[in-house]
Amino acid sequence: MANQVPLVDYLVLGDKPHLVANECTKCGARFFDRRSACASCSNTDFKKVDVATEGTLQTFSIVHMAAPGLPVPFVSAIINCGGTSVRTNVINIEAKPENIQLGMKVRLATYSMGADSAGTEAIAFGFEPAK
Amino acid sequence: MASNDVYILGIYMTKFGKHSDRDVLDLGSEAILNALKDAGVSMKDMGVMAAGQLMGGVGIAQQLQKQIGQTGIPAYNVTNACATGATAMRVVYMSIASGECDYGLAVGVEKLAGAGLLAGGSRADSGDTWKPQGRQGAIVPTDGLIGTDTMPGTFAQIGLEYGHRYGGVTFEDFAKISEKNHANSALNPLAAYQKVFTLEEIMNDIMISYPNTRPMCSANCDGAAAAVLVSGAKLKTLSREQQRRAVKVSASILTTDPYEEACQVLPNVNTLTKLAAKQGYEKAGIGPEDLNLVELHDCFATAELVHYDNLGLCPEGGAVDFLRAGHPYRTGKTPVNVSGGLQSKGHPIAATGIANIWEICHHLRGEAGPRQIEGAKVGLAHVIGLGNACGVHILEKSAL
Repeated sequence: MANQVPLVDYLVLGDKPHLVANECTKCGARFFDRRSACASCSNTDFKKVDVATEGTLQTFSIVHMAAPGLPVPFVSAIINCGGTSVRTNVINIEAKPENIQLGMKVRLATYSMGADSAGTEAIAFGFEPAK
Repeated sequence: MASNDVYILGIYMTKFGKHSDRDVLDLGSEAILNALKDAGVSMKDMGVMAAGQLMGGVGIAQQLQKQIGQTGIPAYNVTNACATGATAMRVVYMSIASGECDYGLAVGVEKLAGAGLLAGGSRADSGDTWKPQGRQGAIVPTDGLIGTDTMPGTFAQIGLEYGHRYGGVTFEDFAKISEKNHANSALNPLAAYQKVFTLEEIMNDIMISYPNTRPMCSANCDGAAAAVLVSGAKLKTLSREQQRRAVKVSASILTTDPYEEACQVLPNVNTLTKLAAKQGYEKAGIGPEDLNLVELHDCFATAELVHYDNLGLCPEGGAVDFLRAGHPYRTGKTPVNVSGGLQSKGHPIAATGIANIWEICHHLRGEAGPRQIEGAKVGLAHVIGLGNACGVHILEKSAL
């Protein structure tokens, strides 16, 4: 298998792909990139934690107008993963309002973005309806 | 009038729309010179100036001074996203309230006609090899792959999130807000658009980001607005007519969003608006039930709905009922966006926060013509700048 690289560094690849967050050791607030201090309590200590890979759809929009080159329409959404809010696209679904219900159960899924000139395959994530 | 109060003595907004043959200096100058004229004072009287332009170069205040009068006063160039104009107002308000000067000038100006998407509208080239960059180690721009950066999409999610929390909001509810505001704009000759739409036309128009169709999005346009503020002590020495037309700034509030789970994932425009409203009502000593009209930040139809709740115009969770009962209509108990709002009056970003105040002043002075809310005594102007900043101004008619 060729080398792989995640779309963002908070996506961990492997047998069980998942997201990781920096969690404040004092108040538990979670952030998807580094913080000099916690935005909630100003504590300066953080630890890496795994984010739940299943959650519920908190809100969404079906985006029809976006930057040139982006395939539209797509579903932009916020997922509540066991109390941690995650920004994502909803994938493996036809982007129509009747297919999407607020509160529906979804789960993390990954897909290939293709390989670069060095043969490294990029892997992105989204959330798909949980069967 | 108390000596330590602050009043709006003169205020002006340009026609909003496309000004192909005029630049920001022309538009800003028109607003300033007419605000001074409306106040019955001159640039030489001003003790402070604050100016905002979001999409421009540095030093808009000094550039404008070179057009209308270089008098050596302190000038503050401010930017605070869509709250830029409200921030300029508050800077001048604070200068006068502090006792540093008696008169001050606030101005906001923007040229945005035909600007399209203001965020998430373009993508950088990612090259031919995947290379992690930035704080999240992203190998390509993530807009559109990990949710959307666009404003119509962001505010669509904000509106539907309210629907998820309290239930019962439909696409048609959001479209009704847009129908109301477009109908209101037909009475406002300074609005960028004065076109009435049917509900069906709005719902069947081009979908930008569900549930926001094109007429449910704020209109990018050119425009400027300016205000002259005066201390209560100085106002007492002015003519009876100036005192009669002066509008009291009963509260000038600026907030940012306090941390709450999810606020760094999807901008939370609720917490800071609730905070600003609470502080404003306390400072002014009035409640939402006292408001005769409200101009709030309807950058998208989905945004207006949540702010009925955030500003306390309805009980918590009651925004949809408030709308369906007709309360925010011109004829309702709390008319909202009788100017046409950002959706049809237009949204030249840095001008918006002063233009909203202009609209309220117009009604409190009884000068709003066919769209006058009769007997208006108290109004509230609200703006949100993503990032986030919230400006709330509560304004009261002169006691004279």
